[in-house]
Amino acid sequence: MTYSTSSERLGMRLGYRFNLVGMSALGIILLWTGIALFAPRIIPHSVGEIVDTDYFGPMSRDLWFGSDYLGRDIFSRILMGARYTLGISLAAVTIACFSGVALGMTAAVAGGWFDSMLSRFLDALNSIPSKLFGLVVVAAVGSSIPALIGTLSVIYTPGAYRFARALAVNVNTMDFIVVARIRGERLPYLIASEILPNILGPVLADLGLRFVFIVLLLSGLSFLGLGVQPPYADWGALVRENIAGLPFGAPAVIFPSLAIASLTISVNLLIDNLPRRIRDRGAE
Amino acid sequence: MTVNLVEIRNLRVEATTDAGRRVEIIKGVDLDIARGEIVALIGESGSGKTTIAMTLMGYARQGCAITGGEVRVAGMDMVSLSEAERARIRGTCVAYVPQSAAAAFNPALTIMDQVTEVARIHRFMSAAEAQAKALLLFKALSLPEPETIGNRYPHQVSGGQLQRLGAAMALIGQPKVVIFDEPTTALDVTTQVEVLRAFKSVTAQHNIAGVYVSHDLAVVAQIADRIVVLKDGTVQETGTTDQILEDAQHPYTRQLLAAFRPKTQQRAPDHDGATKRPLLEVDNLTVGYGPRSRDGQPLINAVQAVSLKLDRGRNLGIIGESGCGKSTLARAIAGILPAHAGNIVFNGRELGKAGRNRTRNELREIQIVFQHADSALNPAKSVGDILRRPLTFYHGMRGKARDARVNELLDLVRLPKSVRHRLPGELSGGQKQRVNFARALAAEPTLILCDEITSALDTVVAAAVVELLKELQRELGISYIFISHDLSVVEAICDEIIVMYRGQKVEQITTTRLSAPQHPYTRLLFSSVPKLDPDWLDNLKQDADELRAYSQR
Repeated sequence: MTYSTSSERLGMRLGYRFNLVGMSALGIILLWTGIALFAPRIIPHSVGEIVDTDYFGPMSRDLWFGSDYLGRDIFSRILMGARYTLGISLAAVTIACFSGVALGMTAAVAGGWFDSMLSRFLDALNSIPSKLFGLVVVAAVGSSIPALIGTLSVIYTPGAYRFARALAVNVNTMDFIVVARIRGERLPYLIASEILPNILGPVLADLGLRFVFIVLLLSGLSFLGLGVQPPYADWGALVRENIAGLPFGAPAVIFPSLAIASLTISVNLLIDNLPRRIRDRGAE
Repeated sequence: MTVNLVEIRNLRVEATTDAGRRVEIIKGVDLDIARGEIVALIGESGSGKTTIAMTLMGYARQGCAITGGEVRVAGMDMVSLSEAERARIRGTCVAYVPQSAAAAFNPALTIMDQVTEVARIHRFMSAAEAQAKALLLFKALSLPEPETIGNRYPHQVSGGQLQRLGAAMALIGQPKVVIFDEPTTALDVTTQVEVLRAFKSVTAQHNIAGVYVSHDLAVVAQIADRIVVLKDGTVQETGTTDQILEDAQHPYTRQLLAAFRPKTQQRAPDHDGATKRPLLEVDNLTVGYGPRSRDGQPLINAVQAVSLKLDRGRNLGIIGESGCGKSTLARAIAGILPAHAGNIVFNGRELGKAGRNRTRNELREIQIVFQHADSALNPAKSVGDILRRPLTFYHGMRGKARDARVNELLDLVRLPKSVRHRLPGELSGGQKQRVNFARALAAEPTLILCDEITSALDTVVAAAVVELLKELQRELGISYIFISHDLSVVEAICDEIIVMYRGQKVEQITTTRLSAPQHPYTRLLFSSVPKLDPDWLDNLKQDADELRAYSQR
């Protein structure tokens, strides 16, 4: 579905088509990124400060999204939580997908024992339950943001690897790869220049999905006390700590959920609706 | 009730491009088909022949829509019917035989299940009746073991058999008209003869009308009563088969006919014999697939002890049916699939068997061009990028010099400079094959291995590509090894021809002695090439014993 807007016409002049769905998704992501960057300047209340005498307070002029189970301002806590959710998840998903995809393509092109060894090793890694793995890491090195990012990326690398390898194996059998090999090309050229452009679409879609998984796993870890440490909280932690408000329909549990939904859905919508190059030369 | 079974009046089909521009691809076509008549639609790719044939089922490909006119099949207008009504007609009144039966069959179901599916969907006969009917069709289409072939899965029968089974699937609903969409294009000539015979006798027996879509005039001549020549979505010429073959009016039809005329070729003058050293000498090359056994033999030998010799500036043809090992031989020479025995001597030096054991310069001198330009060109890279890479890789060219060379290369293969910015997907088949070839030329090789490079192309385009190869040879002094199953193409360009059968070289003959092949397989192969004569198929007498001996059907 495409809508004719002024910016779309601009896009068409540049030879790209970007539809409204993609643009709104990008808008929401940029909004959250802005909030994450400038949260300390724009929050109305401090995140640790108890500002309401009641817990699970309703929405009011002062507390826009109500108060949480301790009477803290949820609006401020969501704005600050954006930093953790967005920052940690983005960093982890970038690392996981970059290493997973690079290894996957290498394994597909190199084949042989390298492929077998790497695949078995990452399968073994994949078989460890993710929360247990997180628990062990936190017990060993303590909970810090770099440790969280590292743990999350290690957990999600095998999946990205499997996915990229499966795609790359198909591309690897194409004649143009044979042509490149017999030209004498080396591995870095083969994976970066011949294979990657052909699997980029699905890899980006996978990245979007994996981002959602990481946001959810991060929330789970935070709930167990292994994630972001109080009084700060990421969105998942906000949902978990206010879950008792659900029977009262407290905004404290609804708004963090909406924040997670808006971010994860936007990321996926953007990836499905990336700007497309217009290939119809006749129209120019 | 109308007189003709099919009446197409002023048919218009439009396609919508991704910029929202609408392009008319069929521009007001009229076409009549009488009962039991077979009408051939011929034309180059993109001329709209398949699109027209598909409108008989009321179908237009995704992104396309029938925007005007009417298509009456047995009195019903397929354009104005609802989708549910069309579905009732498809399979029972109009049926379709696809180009690639291999892609049309579901590999997970038995053949019988798929052939009788039409009867199951339309519920016009019981399962037992349908199976009995299928059995009759299998016999009529002269399939081997008709009683049991239905229990097999699609991968357990050969390509030619599958194509006939595709026809059985179409015919089970006793349609009045069948659409044959290039059903023999993907087959070997020896197989094609049998499939054509089967189609011809079945359609005549059941008085079935047909639309036969093809770009091969010689095939069409055997089966069609009338020929409609299409170009750019309009009818150029209509006539009975004899009229078209003998008295073609339209230039495009004449071009098509010209592609069949025997080609005269001037041989390059012999260089002085004293310094002559063969460019390539292949000695007892054996190539195989699969794990090696203890004595070093691979599981399957695709090429067995083949020797050949090629002089500089000369061309060698390798022909044989699919599976005879001709492509494997080329791959072994190029170093893609390392041979496990034998020697390859190029320019007096012995080459490493695997590509990675050869120097960059050795790799540069032998280039291979693949059959499917679609898969040989990276769909994500522009033509310019594709051509720039070998220039950088082999010759270290950069910047302006490289861009100038890209333009030169495009010029050499007769492509406009503007295609540099296009992706392969935006080019026609012939253009893609030229880019594919230009990439090989970019390396400045002395030998180019052409693996079926014209098979996927229309007759006229293929003839143009062959002409281009000859011109380039005159200009650049390249040698070719030309692999094909199409004798006429090989004949047009090669000095010597090797005939391969089941991994072995059965005969080596010069093109001047083509009329007198010695080996029975060569005789069979040569006699199977369709001729423009409409009576060729009926008069074709092939030795039944030879046919049995050399057919793997």
